[in-house]
Amino acid sequence: MATLNLTLKIWRQDGPHKAGRIETYDAHGIPDDASFLEMLDIVNERIIEQGGEPVHFDHDCREGICGACSLTINGIPHGPEGAVTTCQLHMRKFNDGDTIWVEPFRAKAFPVLRDLVVDRTAFDRIIQAGGFISVRTGSAQDANNLPIAKDDADASFSAAACIGCGACVAACKNASAMLFVSAKAAHLNLLPQGQPEKTRRVLGMVQQMDAEGFGNCTNQYECEAVCPKEISAGFISKLNRDYALAAAKETLT
Amino acid sequence: MSESLRNDGRVWAPKSKETAAKLRRGELKPADIAEEDRDYYLERKYPSFGNLAPRDISSRSAKEACDEGRGVASTGLGVYLDFRDSIKRLGESTIRARYGNLFQMYEKISGANPYQTPMMIYPAVHYTMGGLWVDYNLMSNLPGLHVLGEANFSDHGANRLGASALMQGLADGYFVIPATLPVYLSTVSPGSITTSHPEFAAAKANAEGRLKTLFNIQGKRTVDSFHRQLGLLVWDKCGMARNEKGLQEALREIPAIRAEFWENVRVPGNGENLNMELEKAGRVADFLEFGELMCQDALNREESCGGHFREEHQYTDADPEVASGYISAGEAKRHDDKFSHVSAWEYNGEGKPATLHSESLEFTDVKPSVRSYK
Repeated sequence: MATLNLTLKIWRQDGPHKAGRIETYDAHGIPDDASFLEMLDIVNERIIEQGGEPVHFDHDCREGICGACSLTINGIPHGPEGAVTTCQLHMRKFNDGDTIWVEPFRAKAFPVLRDLVVDRTAFDRIIQAGGFISVRTGSAQDANNLPIAKDDADASFSAAACIGCGACVAACKNASAMLFVSAKAAHLNLLPQGQPEKTRRVLGMVQQMDAEGFGNCTNQYECEAVCPKEISAGFISKLNRDYALAAAKETLT
Repeated sequence: MSESLRNDGRVWAPKSKETAAKLRRGELKPADIAEEDRDYYLERKYPSFGNLAPRDISSRSAKEACDEGRGVASTGLGVYLDFRDSIKRLGESTIRARYGNLFQMYEKISGANPYQTPMMIYPAVHYTMGGLWVDYNLMSNLPGLHVLGEANFSDHGANRLGASALMQGLADGYFVIPATLPVYLSTVSPGSITTSHPEFAAAKANAEGRLKTLFNIQGKRTVDSFHRQLGLLVWDKCGMARNEKGLQEALREIPAIRAEFWENVRVPGNGENLNMELEKAGRVADFLEFGELMCQDALNREESCGGHFREEHQYTDADPEVASGYISAGEAKRHDDKFSHVSAWEYNGEGKPATLHSESLEFTDVKPSVRSYK
C-alpha cells in the first residue's frame, strides 16, 4: 500500500461570529486507500494527541447517500473528481507532495458553525414549505392502484437522487439553490401523487428559497458540474415553467 | 455493499489456499482462475437458495472461507462477488440499470471496475439486533415514549436478517402507530409542565456533571482509540460466531476498557461551542455499556438462533437431521424448549448487572423449526 505525504491548508473558525483563518497541517504517511474523510480522521487524531483542537467537519454515512459531508477541496465542492461526495473521494486521486486547500461550503444562507461545518437547515425549511405530499396513513393502497409510466418514474427518480448536500449552492457564484429546489419540486411534480399540492408546493418552496437569502440563477450550470448525483440543470427550466404556471393560477383564483 | 447485488452476483472463493495466496499477492487475477478452481460455496452448500441464502448464513460462510485461508484481497478478508456470468447472460446495460449506483459506489471505494473484475466483499457490522423494549402499542416503559422502526426490539433479529429494515419502519409507521398513538393521546391531557420539578433539576445536574467529567479527565488517549479497541474486541468475541470462553473474556475486558476510558480519555475544548469530539465521547461511553450487555445476552442465550451463532450449539454428524441429509453439520442449532423467549434487559445503572425480563414467545399456528437451505 502506497502512502502520501501532503500539506493541508484548512479553514479554521471557532464559531459563527468569530474570524476565520487558514492553518497549515502536515499530513504525512496517509494510505492512498483512505477516503478524504478518513485522511482528516488521521490528521485529527494526531492533532488531539498533540493537545490541539481537531478540525470539525460534517459526515455521517460515508458511502455517498446521506448528504451530510461537504467541504470545498481545492476550490471545488466535493473536490476535483466529479460525481462523488467528499466521503467517496479517495486519496489515490491525489499525488505525493500535494498541497490541498480545504474550506467550508460558502454561502450567505449557509453560515459557518465551526471550522468546516456549515448550517444547512435553510434546506430543511425549504422542504417544509412544500417538498412533501399529504397522504392518509393507516391503510395502504393496493399495489398498482396508481399506474405510472416508466419514463415518468425514471425522470422523477433522477430528480429524487438529490441528497441535499448543498454543493450546488457552494459552487454557484450567486449561491443560488435553484438546482436543489428544482430537483426537490420535480420529483413530486412529475408523479400523480404530487399533483394536488403542486401549485402550493412550487410557490411555497420558491418563496422560502428567496427568504433564506439564496441568490438568483444566471444559467451557468456550475451546480450541475459539481452535483455528486449528477442532477440535470434541466430541472431548473422545469421549475421555472412550473412556477410561471403556479403564479398565473394564483393570480386567477 | 447492498445485499441486492446477490440477486445477480455469484459468490466464490478459490478452492485452494495456494491460489488464494497468489491472488492476495497480486500474482494472479480473478479472471485467471479456471472454473474448476473456483468454489461457489453458497451454491455448493445451499443449492436451492444459492447466492440468495440468508444474511447470517452467507456472512458466516464468507468468514469460514477466509478462516480456512481461502480469503482474497491483500488482507485475506474477502471473497469474490462476480457478475461475469450475469453480464454475459443479460448484457452490461441491464446490469447497469439494476445496480449502476452500487457499481459506481464500489468503484469509487476500491478503485476497481466491477463490470470487469469481481467485487471483493466481506461481512461487516452494519447494525445490531434488538432495540428498546416496547409493548404491543409500540410504547416503551416510559409512558408516552413510543419507539418506531429499527429503534425498537419488536421484530428483533428476523427483520435485519431479511434485509428489510425498512419494512419495520413502514409497518410501524403505516399500520401500528396510526391506530395506537391516538388511543394513548386520548387518555392523557398535557397538564402544566415546568422545569421547577426536582427531577428536572436532578437530570440537568446529572447531564452537566457528565459533560464536565469528560472535559476534566484530560487524559492521553483519543475517543477514537477507545472506540476502535472496543469495536475490535466485540467483533472478535461477540461477532458472527461466539463461544462461552470468548464472551467471558470480553466481559472481563470491557469493564477494564471502560475504566480506562473514564480515567484516560482526552476530550479537547470546552462546552462553549460545537464540539464533535464531545458528541463522540458520549456515544462511545454508551457503547461501552451496551457492548457489555450484548456479550452478557449472548452468553445467556445457550442456543444458536438467526444472527446469534454460539459455536457450542451447532449440528453435528450425530444429529438425526444431519444423518437424514436434511441439513449439514455445522448449521445453527436452536433450543426452542429453553429459549423461546425475548430477553429484555433492565438497565440498573453503569457497571451494575442488568436484570433479565424474559418474555415468552407463544406460537399457536406455526412451530419454529430448523429450516434447510440445501
